[in-house]
Amino acid sequence: MSEFEIIDHTADVGIIARGESVEEVFINAARGMFSLIIDLDTVVESTSQEITVDAPDQEELLITWLNELLYLFDAENLIFSRFEITYLGQEHLKGIVYGEEVDPDRHNLKSDVKAATYHMIRLQKQDGFSAHIILDI
Amino acid sequence: MPSYWRDFLEQIDDYRWMINTDYKQGMRVPGLLYADANMLDQIGEEHSPEQVANVAFLPGIVGKSMAMPDIHWGYGFPIGGVAATRVTDGVVSPGGVGFDINCGVRLLVTNLTEKDVKPRIEGIIYQLFVNIPSGVGSKGRITLKGNQINKVLRNGARWAVEEGYGEKEDLEFAEENGCLKQADPDQVSEKAKKRGVPQLGTLGSGNHFLEIQVVDEIYDHLAAKAFGIEQTGQVLLLIHTGSRGLGYQVCDDYLKTMGKAVRDYGIEIPDRQLACAPVKSPEGQAYLAAMNCAANYAWANRQCITHWTRQTFSNVFGQSARELGLRLVYDVAHNIAKIEDHELDGKKVSLCVHRKGATRAFPAGHPEIPAAYQNIGQPVLVPGDMGRYSYLAVGTEKAMEETFGSTCHGAGRVLSRSAAKRELSAADIADELYRKGVTFKVASKSSLVEEASQAYKDVAEVINVAERAGISRKVLKARPIGVIKG
Repeated sequence: MSEFEIIDHTADVGIIARGESVEEVFINAARGMFSLIIDLDTVVESTSQEITVDAPDQEELLITWLNELLYLFDAENLIFSRFEITYLGQEHLKGIVYGEEVDPDRHNLKSDVKAATYHMIRLQKQDGFSAHIILDI
Repeated sequence: MPSYWRDFLEQIDDYRWMINTDYKQGMRVPGLLYADANMLDQIGEEHSPEQVANVAFLPGIVGKSMAMPDIHWGYGFPIGGVAATRVTDGVVSPGGVGFDINCGVRLLVTNLTEKDVKPRIEGIIYQLFVNIPSGVGSKGRITLKGNQINKVLRNGARWAVEEGYGEKEDLEFAEENGCLKQADPDQVSEKAKKRGVPQLGTLGSGNHFLEIQVVDEIYDHLAAKAFGIEQTGQVLLLIHTGSRGLGYQVCDDYLKTMGKAVRDYGIEIPDRQLACAPVKSPEGQAYLAAMNCAANYAWANRQCITHWTRQTFSNVFGQSARELGLRLVYDVAHNIAKIEDHELDGKKVSLCVHRKGATRAFPAGHPEIPAAYQNIGQPVLVPGDMGRYSYLAVGTEKAMEETFGSTCHGAGRVLSRSAAKRELSAADIADELYRKGVTFKVASKSSLVEEASQAYKDVAEVINVAERAGISRKVLKARPIGVIKG
């Protein structure tokens, strides 16, 4: 079973992220999202960033986590290829993400992901866990 | 995709299809699709009719939940969606505007012809690409210090003109004169401002572009003349971009606020992306004040890009922009929510009109359109894909009666980005553009493929349905000869 799958959506892009645990779903969703922005194997882990986000439930927490990472990309010029979740509750997430600053000489940025949307967001428990997310791109 | 919505579909005429309220329990008004029979088949393959029905759940929605002929599957609202809610007891929904707040288009006219421009097109495109930062993660050439961003958010295009990016007359020829007044920078998060500061004056990526076009066919000479367009072969410039990261962050911030508001006010919606709050509530007012800031940022953005475009042409031709007749025809917002007065059952009411991938299309005589266009109607800019053509149209009385003064905004995708990448090759598309006489420069190969003609509906079909339904009227068609893209 693949960690994530990019699915067709006429105007935007969908991701199905899977995992043995909800934490893995969060990590694979982030990997899937960054794989749209850049080839993950071109990212060197030279910096890390602690992430803390809150939301009223886990589905919103997932979107908030992804949008926080997009914020760091857009505002701080940071790209990430490895993601760790150190705490995941219903309303609170802590994590550490690894990557580097964008280097135009080495990095080929592929698409500008505007945001992760709440459209039909669902975290499912079936053969492990999965989430289906629509990104505005 | 279940297509049982078709069982609830009532054909009104060749271009209007109603989705009755019994399709889905909770719909407050019917849905209305503007499409011909062929388009309907295409639309039916997607979730967009479902999204039209979902929008009909919004409290205070009046008239119908509408979809323009370029409707396609969005998130929350369909793209091409128009919904008006009463200001007194209705809601405002950030999902009804989208992440790219005031994504829009502006059209400039020149007194140059294809013959003048064609021999120098390579140089022009190259210089435009250098002068206008484009592509993923592009940063602008403007340095905003301290609180200057707040001035941009408050004053929009006026800020840009005051800073020397353009002419005073430009402001006359933009929707809202390029500045929505109820804008409060205190309602915009520091995160949004941080994203916005370095990106002001950038084109961005995806479907955003700057095109050099040639007038191909004029349908309404009187209107064209009023817009400064005299003949076929005349060169036009079309700029398509929005509020960049600042707008995305404002939308995301307020989706969270609205997610909470939905629970606090006990609003039932079928999709979280439709989260909303009463227009008059503190949450609704804060969103509108922040959204207006993002809209103003977008107008400032398009104004700065206009300035560098003028500079580029001026350099290449060794004449001033004024001598080259580089005048703004109009600037429209196609992702926005506006408080507007409309007539409803014979009474004037204040409505919050959400246009998500739809263009305002006010008729002749409307006080909101420039004095010079009073007898003609508001210019409606409808870009097509980079390999075909775009249209300039005008708003109509019928649009005022039926669609709260709205019409289509573009071609609408038919192929997803990944399908485009699977089915098309960059080399073939480059060849095809070359054959068609389109010079282009793109920041990435993938955007060339993703934005290929084949990925879009033919905008001619879209504009013709809008015309036959009476919600806008064609003025002219223009084809691209040069494109820069992120």
